[in-house]
Amino acid sequence: MSAPPSGHSDPRVAFETAKLGLWTFLATEVLLFGALFTAYTVFRVKYPALFQSEHLKLNRVLGTLNTVVLITSSLTVALGVEAIRRGKARLLEKYYGVTVLLGAVFLCVKYIEWTEEFHHGLYPGTNIFFSLYFMMTGLHGIHVLLGMGVLSYVIVLSRRGRLSEAWYTPAELSGLYWHFVDLVWIYLLPLLYLIG
Amino acid sequence: MAEEIRSGRGYLAERGWRSWAYTMDHKRIGVMYLYTTIAFFFVGGIFALLLRLELLSPQAMYFSNHTYNVFFTLHGAMMIFLFVIPAIPSGLGNFFIPLHIGARDVAFPRINLASYWVFVAGFLVVIGSLVSPMDTGWTFYTPYSAKTGAAVTTLSLGIFLIGMSSILTGLNFIVTIHKLRAPGMTWHRMPLFIWGMYATSIIQVVATPVVGVTFLLLAMERIFGVAFFDPAKGGDPVLFQHFFWFYSHPVVYVMILPAMGIISEVIPVFSRKPIFGYNAIAYSSLAIAFLGFLVWGHHMFTSAMSPLANAIFSFMTFFVAVPTAVKVFNWIATLYKGSITFEAPMLYALTFIFLFAVGGLTGPFLGALATDVQLHDTYFVVAHFHYTMMGGTVMGFFAGLHYWFPKMTGKMLNEKVARVAWALVFIGFNVAFFTMFIAGVRGMPRRYAEYLPKFHVENVISTIGAAILAAGIAVMFWNFLQGLRKGTPAPGNPWRALTLEWKTPPVPITENFHEIPVVTDWPYGYGKVEGPPA
Repeated sequence: MSAPPSGHSDPRVAFETAKLGLWTFLATEVLLFGALFTAYTVFRVKYPALFQSEHLKLNRVLGTLNTVVLITSSLTVALGVEAIRRGKARLLEKYYGVTVLLGAVFLCVKYIEWTEEFHHGLYPGTNIFFSLYFMMTGLHGIHVLLGMGVLSYVIVLSRRGRLSEAWYTPAELSGLYWHFVDLVWIYLLPLLYLIG
Repeated sequence: MAEEIRSGRGYLAERGWRSWAYTMDHKRIGVMYLYTTIAFFFVGGIFALLLRLELLSPQAMYFSNHTYNVFFTLHGAMMIFLFVIPAIPSGLGNFFIPLHIGARDVAFPRINLASYWVFVAGFLVVIGSLVSPMDTGWTFYTPYSAKTGAAVTTLSLGIFLIGMSSILTGLNFIVTIHKLRAPGMTWHRMPLFIWGMYATSIIQVVATPVVGVTFLLLAMERIFGVAFFDPAKGGDPVLFQHFFWFYSHPVVYVMILPAMGIISEVIPVFSRKPIFGYNAIAYSSLAIAFLGFLVWGHHMFTSAMSPLANAIFSFMTFFVAVPTAVKVFNWIATLYKGSITFEAPMLYALTFIFLFAVGGLTGPFLGALATDVQLHDTYFVVAHFHYTMMGGTVMGFFAGLHYWFPKMTGKMLNEKVARVAWALVFIGFNVAFFTMFIAGVRGMPRRYAEYLPKFHVENVISTIGAAILAAGIAVMFWNFLQGLRKGTPAPGNPWRALTLEWKTPPVPITENFHEIPVVTDWPYGYGKVEGPPA
């Protein structure tokens, strides 16, 4: 993710430093989504009937499929980190490659879902439920895209031989970020697809 | 490195724009932030003077109502987002945090540089929005901001970027303070400026994402018609206010806490006494940061919240006054029986205490429900805000600039000119803003180009004060320029201070220290030597 901080060539300290940085960053992400979850809570309390009727218009099959896809990708990313811990850079690249692919599958399914909804005349401005739905899944989708970029960057680093069992901080931190992105979806699924 | 030492120019030795644009030296990044934010301070100040010019007369005289609305929006938005929020943390903080804790740089130098360029991108977008300038006030309240023809979307995205830069800076500082302190620098040996900056960074990191997403939603409402804040579609404009103030109240502590940190450094140095109540000052910073998150509702007493919520927010607001007062009492106790000298940094520090006390004590009038309903949106609020932000933060910033000028530039300032400037600033500020308390109590509403003739006298006095204040600031910055050009070379430690930045050469080198210092004591052992607090 970032270079070892200057003045600290000790990889141990550099790792600790980078890790604290990433956890702090994840805290800001929680707050970013937190505002949307707060809005969700406010409006769901205000309009329970609307949420009940509107959520039925979402495609639960695709939503569930995407959940499976993302959870699997969390597994592959974890296996990738485990691989580089044992110094197996090639294996890391494979696992991270699969993860990026799963991310792409997720976004394709999301694209199909959104297209379907647009065909049924459901837009971000349709009502408060769909405003929330499109904003939350959209913001999450952007994070998936960013995560794919970061994981690809780690693959490039590994190809160049920059990662080893002694220094694998970028792999570990990008994995952590990917888990966070998955975790957000785990909350989005029941809140949007499985009401009532 | 050898060149840096030989020339005596330290981190400034390398020349050319590339050496600045690509630098990862926290000191250079801090200096770039200082120049940028001070430029916006002048732009925002010119808007303020134009507002005061218009208010010379009860009728609209020079500008249309719309132009006036644009001016006060730009004055507020630029001063807040482009000057007061970033100036001390990103400018002086960047420069002095690593020096204070004995580190070679911040934890993530590359992210630090990125944060500066994101900031630049942000203000360029903000400037781009001037094609159709904002007229909503700096608070962007919906539903008007969702409907006006002004470039709200562009400005929102600009501020989103500036917020991102603010988050990156805060994140960097938190990690730096946690992980890069010199050997022996325990938490309780850290300078109080660092405690203030630490609390500030936490607020930046926790609060800024919320305002980011809020501006994103506002932009989406304007582009795609999402319904969050639109009552016609079941949205709630008051939700916008909650989100906005969830950030924008804590952020006033982003503005004030670093200034309080500077005051905590300057007061003991120029009193030659150990700081009184180190622990109390340190932890009150954290307490302010924490309590600051629980009081945003006091901006919304007239926005139809429930009476219970109003009462709770009012109660919590009084609580914030406690750690704030703790600091003020400790500074005064530090002054007690000290060998006080009145160099420019000390003059501004004392001015901070005086003006901030006025600003602070007028806060409870606005925090209390009964009086706030009367005073809401009057000039009383404007006066209170400027006493805390200009009388507080900006005076703290000036104290810091005068205090650290020798370290940043290697030159001394002309002390006599600095005192003249201070006197003009002090007089001008009070003349300009104290009269606003009176106009506010008499019922003059804010944000109008026209007003009833009965407020004429106050407004004329206030405008005269603004002119004196502007003259003072002009003299101050003329003095800075003179100091830069032909100031006498500064010694390494002109104020005989004990914090680590003064142990470096007159102009610190890249990576700050030849050898990382080992810390054995707290930095406030002035006068008779007393031990650190347990």
